[in-house]
Amino acid sequence: MTHPTDRVRRHGRRSRPARRGSPTPAGAASRRGVTVLRLLLVALFTAGLATLIPGTAIAQGESVSGTLRTSLSGPIEGVEVVVTTPDGDEVGTDETDENGRFTIEVPGPGEYTVTVPEDALPEGVEFNAGNSRTVTVDPGRNQGVIIGLDDGSRGSGGGTVRWVQLFVDGLRFGLLIAMAAVGLSLIFGTTGLTNFAHGELVTIGAIVAWFINVDGGVPLIPAALLAMVIGALIGAANERLLWRPLRRRGTGLVAALVISIGLSLLLRYGYQIFFGGSSEAYADFRGQRAVDYGPFNLTDKDLYSIIIALVVLLLVALMLQRTAIGKAMRAVADNRDLAASSGIDVNRVILVVWMMGGALAALGGVLLGLSDEVQWDMGFRLLLLMFAGVTLGGLGTAYGALVGSIVVGVFVQMSTLVIPNDVKYVGGLLLLIVILMVRPQGILGSRVRVG
Amino acid sequence: MGEFIDALAIALKAGIGFQAVFLALLALGINMQFGYTGLLNFGQIAFAMVGAYGIAVSVSQWGLNFWVGVAIGIAAAVALALLLGLPTLRLRADYLAIATIASAEGLRLLFRSVSATPVTNGSRGISGFNSTFRELAPWDTGRRYRILGTFWSGADLWVTTVGWTLVALGCLLVWSLVRSPWGRVVKSIREDEDAVRALGKNVYVYKMQALVLGGVFGALGGMIYAIGTGSATPDQYQNANTFLAYAALILGGAARVLGPVVGAMLMYFIIQFADSGLRSLIETGVIPEGLLSTTDVAQIRFVIIGLGLILLLVFRPQGIFGDRREVMLDAR
Amino acid sequence: MPAEPIRTGATASRDRLPAREALRDVPWEVGVAKPDPTIVVDGVIRTFGGLTAVSVDHLEIQRGGITGLIGPNGAGKTTLFNLLTGFDQPDGGTWSFDGRPLGKLASHQVARLGVVRTFQLTKALSRLTVLQNMLLGAQGQRGEGFFSALVPGLWRGQEQANTEKALELLRRFKLDAKKDDFAGTLSGGQRKLLEMARALMSDPKVVMLDEPMAGVNPALTQSLLGHVKDLREQGMTVIFVEHDMDVVRDISDWVVVMAAGNVIAEGPPESISQNQAVVDAYLGAHHDAPLTIEEEDAQLAEAEASISRQGRGGGESLSSDATHRKGGDR
Repeated sequence: MTHPTDRVRRHGRRSRPARRGSPTPAGAASRRGVTVLRLLLVALFTAGLATLIPGTAIAQGESVSGTLRTSLSGPIEGVEVVVTTPDGDEVGTDETDENGRFTIEVPGPGEYTVTVPEDALPEGVEFNAGNSRTVTVDPGRNQGVIIGLDDGSRGSGGGTVRWVQLFVDGLRFGLLIAMAAVGLSLIFGTTGLTNFAHGELVTIGAIVAWFINVDGGVPLIPAALLAMVIGALIGAANERLLWRPLRRRGTGLVAALVISIGLSLLLRYGYQIFFGGSSEAYADFRGQRAVDYGPFNLTDKDLYSIIIALVVLLLVALMLQRTAIGKAMRAVADNRDLAASSGIDVNRVILVVWMMGGALAALGGVLLGLSDEVQWDMGFRLLLLMFAGVTLGGLGTAYGALVGSIVVGVFVQMSTLVIPNDVKYVGGLLLLIVILMVRPQGILGSRVRVG
Repeated sequence: MGEFIDALAIALKAGIGFQAVFLALLALGINMQFGYTGLLNFGQIAFAMVGAYGIAVSVSQWGLNFWVGVAIGIAAAVALALLLGLPTLRLRADYLAIATIASAEGLRLLFRSVSATPVTNGSRGISGFNSTFRELAPWDTGRRYRILGTFWSGADLWVTTVGWTLVALGCLLVWSLVRSPWGRVVKSIREDEDAVRALGKNVYVYKMQALVLGGVFGALGGMIYAIGTGSATPDQYQNANTFLAYAALILGGAARVLGPVVGAMLMYFIIQFADSGLRSLIETGVIPEGLLSTTDVAQIRFVIIGLGLILLLVFRPQGIFGDRREVMLDAR
Repeated sequence: MPAEPIRTGATASRDRLPAREALRDVPWEVGVAKPDPTIVVDGVIRTFGGLTAVSVDHLEIQRGGITGLIGPNGAGKTTLFNLLTGFDQPDGGTWSFDGRPLGKLASHQVARLGVVRTFQLTKALSRLTVLQNMLLGAQGQRGEGFFSALVPGLWRGQEQANTEKALELLRRFKLDAKKDDFAGTLSGGQRKLLEMARALMSDPKVVMLDEPMAGVNPALTQSLLGHVKDLREQGMTVIFVEHDMDVVRDISDWVVVMAAGNVIAEGPPESISQNQAVVDAYLGAHHDAPLTIEEEDAQLAEAEASISRQGRGGGESLSSDATHRKGGDR
C-alpha cells in the first residue's frame, strides 16, 4: 500500500476531472481532491443532460500534477518541477509539498514535458527511466504524470525479496480486513443481518480519529482510543435505534439488507459532505522511512499496525473462547432461540456484538487511514474484501472471518506478482467467486440442512 | 418563484429523459430478478456497463457495425449473468448478492485500469460510437425542439423515444411472462424455493433465466445511457446506480409490471427537483454558502436516496401504490 | 376456525387393507425384507460435523402401505427424508425407488419420478393464491418453459384442465371457498391441507409427509387423517413422520422407529409399544437427549419457532430466520 505505484495511481484517480475557477490555485493540492471527487459526482449525476460527460462540461482549464515519493524515502519535499512546451518554453514550475505533490497549470490542451532536476533527489533515490516525461493534456483535464523513482527496495538493488514483501504487506492488509470483518460476521451470525453499512463503521473510526488528531491536536494514539469508544457507541446506536426496533417489527431479512444499503449510502455521502472528497493523512507518523529487514522492508507504523492488529484479534479470540459474554456470543450465533431458552439475554449479547464490531471497525479504520490516508469511502471499498473474507471463512463464524480475511489480504497483495497493481482488487473478487464455486460453505463453514 | 418553475421544468424533463429510461430499464431487470424471483442482484450496474461497452468497444475500438455492437453487449450481459449465476444460484440468496456487488465494483476497476486501456481506454472512456444510431432518427438530430415548455436536442429526443419504446416492449414481455405458468414458478421460487423443488421444478434453471433476462434489461439500459451521453466511461457506472434502481423499484412497487417504470420517473423527478431546488436556494442565498455549497448538492442526492430507501422499507415496503397486506403476508 | 366435519368410515375396516395383509407374516425385525418394496435404502450415512445424524443399514418400504416413521427428536427422521428426496447428500450409501437408484438425482428429479414430500414447517407460498399454489403442483406443464410461456395458445388448454383438477382436489380438502385467497392468510392446519393437496396435483406414487399433524387444530386432525388414508386407497405409498402415537397406531400399516440416526425397530403398530429398544430410546431421550444431543435442541427450537411463526402468519423475519437457518445448520 505504500509503494510508489500505488501512490501515483491513487493520486491520479483523485485528480481526473479537474476543478476549475479555484480562487487560490496554489497551495490547494489537498483541497483539490475534494473538489475533484465532488465534480466527478456532479459530472456523473447532476445538472441536466449535457453535463453527464465528465470533463467537458465543467472544466475550463488544464493542468499537470504528480507525486514524488518512494516507500523508503517517503514523500520528497521541496523539489522544483518544471513544465515546458515541446519547443522548450517554460510554462510553469511548482515545488513539491510535504506530501511530495506538485500541480502546475498549463495554458491549454496539448503536449507538455515535465522535468525534475537530476540532482534534486535525496540520496539513494534514482530515476528509473529518466528525469522527464512528455504527456498529452486533453481539454479540461488535470493530467497525472508518473515520474518513476527507484529507491532500491524493488527489483535488483537492496535485500528485498518481492514475494516476501508482498506477503508481509498482504498480512498487514488482511489483519486490517479481519478486524473489521469479525464484527460483520458476528452481527450476521447473531441477527441474520448482512450489514452493508459495516464499511461506514470503519470510515467513521478513521474520520473521527482524524478530526481529533488533526483539528483537535491530540496525538494519534489517544485519538484512536477515543475513536474506538465512539465507534462502539455508534455500533450501539445502530442496534438500539434501528435494528432492534426493526427486529421487533419482524422486518424481513431482505428488507433489512436493503435498509442497510440505504444506511450505507446515507452515511457515506454524509461523510463526503462533512469530510470532503480528498484523502487526508494523520498529523503523526508522517513520512516514515521503511526499515530494511532483509527480505522485506516495513515502516515502523506498519510494523506496529501488524502488532496491534494481532494483539487485538488475539484478545477477541480469547474473549470469544474464555469469557462468559464471548461464549454467549457464540451460543447466540449458533442458535438464537436455544440460547434464549438457556437464559441468555440475547438482546444484550447482540448489543455487545454491535459495540465490539463498532470498536474493532473503528480501530481498523484508523490503522487503514494510517497506511493509506483517510478517505470518505475507504470503508466501503474495504467492505467488499470483508465480504470476501467472511464468505471465504464461512458466513457467520467469527474465526472463519478471521482466517478468511487474512487469506484475502495476502491473496490480493500477492496477486500483483502476476497481475497489474491497479486490478489487484479484481483478483480478490475473482477469488471470492471461485471459492463460492468450489466450497460455498467457506473454509470453516458447514452445509445447511433443509426442512 | 421563477427559479422554482425552472427547477420544476428541469425536473419534469429529467423524469422523462433518457436517464429515466436508463433507470427504468435497470429497475425493470431488478423487478424480474428481485420482485418476481427473489434474487438479490446488487450489481445490476455491471450489466449496464458491459452493455454500454459492448457497443462502445465494438464500434469505436474494433470498428464493427453498431448493431453488431448491440449484439455483443447483450451477449456480454448474458455471459456475465451465467458467470455469476452458475456458482451462486444453488446457494442462499446472500451469496448472489455478494458476488454481484463484488463484480460490479471489480468490473469497474478493471475497465478503468491501465492494463485494460488498449480496449476500454481506461478511465477516460470511449466516445464517438453513436453516429449510426443518430442517422436513423426520422428528424434532424442537430436541431433543438420545444416540447411542453422544455427544450430538447433532436438527438436526445431520438434516444429518449427509442428508450421508452424499449421500456414499453420490456414491460410487455414481463407482463406476458409473469401471467404464464412460467411466472407462477418464479413467483413461487421467491416465496419458497424448497417447496418448488419438492414439486419437481428445476429451480436453478428458472433462477438462471430470470437472472439472464434481468441482466439483458440492465444491458439495454446501459446502452441507452451510453448512446444518450455519447460516451462510455467506467465512472458513469458507479454501483450507487444499482441502489438507485432498487429505490425506484420499491418506490413504484416491486412485483408490479409498471412499478419500476413509474418508480424510475418519479425518482428522477424527485432527485432532479431536489437538486435544482437546492442549487437555486444556495445561489439565491436562502441557504448560506457556509452550510452547503453547490458542490455538496451532488452528495445530498445520495443522502436522500439512502434516507428514502430506509424510510420506504420501514414505513411503506409495498411502495406508494402497493397493498400493504400483501407485503406483510411474507416479510421478505 | 369452523370445525371440520369428521370423515365417517375412515377408521373402519383396517384389517381388510391389502398392505396390512401383505405385511402380516413379515417378521418384526430391523431391516427385514418386504413382500413388495418400493423404496429400498442401503447403508445410508449422513454426518454433520462429528454427529451421525443418519446411519441406516437396510430399510424397505412396502408399496401401497402407510409407513409411520417415529423416534425421539434428533433421531434423524427429517434428515432421512431430506436424503431420500434429494434435499441433502449423504456421506455414503445407496437408495432406490422402484429399482431405480436415486443417489445421483437432484430433488426436483426425484419429485418428477413421483416421490413427493411435504415439510415439517409448512411451505405454503404465501403471496400466491390457493389456486395458484395448487396449479404449481401439476407436472409437465408446457407453459413453464421460458419461450413457450410467451405463446398462450400452447398452454391454455392444459392450464384449463389443471385448474379443473385443482378445484376438484380443493373441494375434497374443503379449501374450495378459499381458492382466491392468498395462501399466507390460511391457518396452520389449512396450510398443511393445502400442502398435501398441492403434492397430490403431481399424481405422486410415493407421498412423504413430514409431521403432517404438527400444529394442526384437533378439529382438523381427523380430516387430515382421513385424507392420508384416502391416499392409500388410491394406491399411493405413504411415509410419514409423526410424534402422536395415537395417530401412528390409527393409520399406519407398518412402523419404523429411529433413534440417534439408526433404525432400532420395525413392525406393525401394536408391536412397537412392547419393544424394549423403543422404550429405552424414548426414556433415554427424555432423560439425556435434551442435554447431550444438539440436534434435538435444534429441532425443539425449530418447532417452537415454527409454532410462533405460524401464529404470526408465517414468513422469514430478521430474528426468527436466524434461528431457522442456524437451527438446521448441522
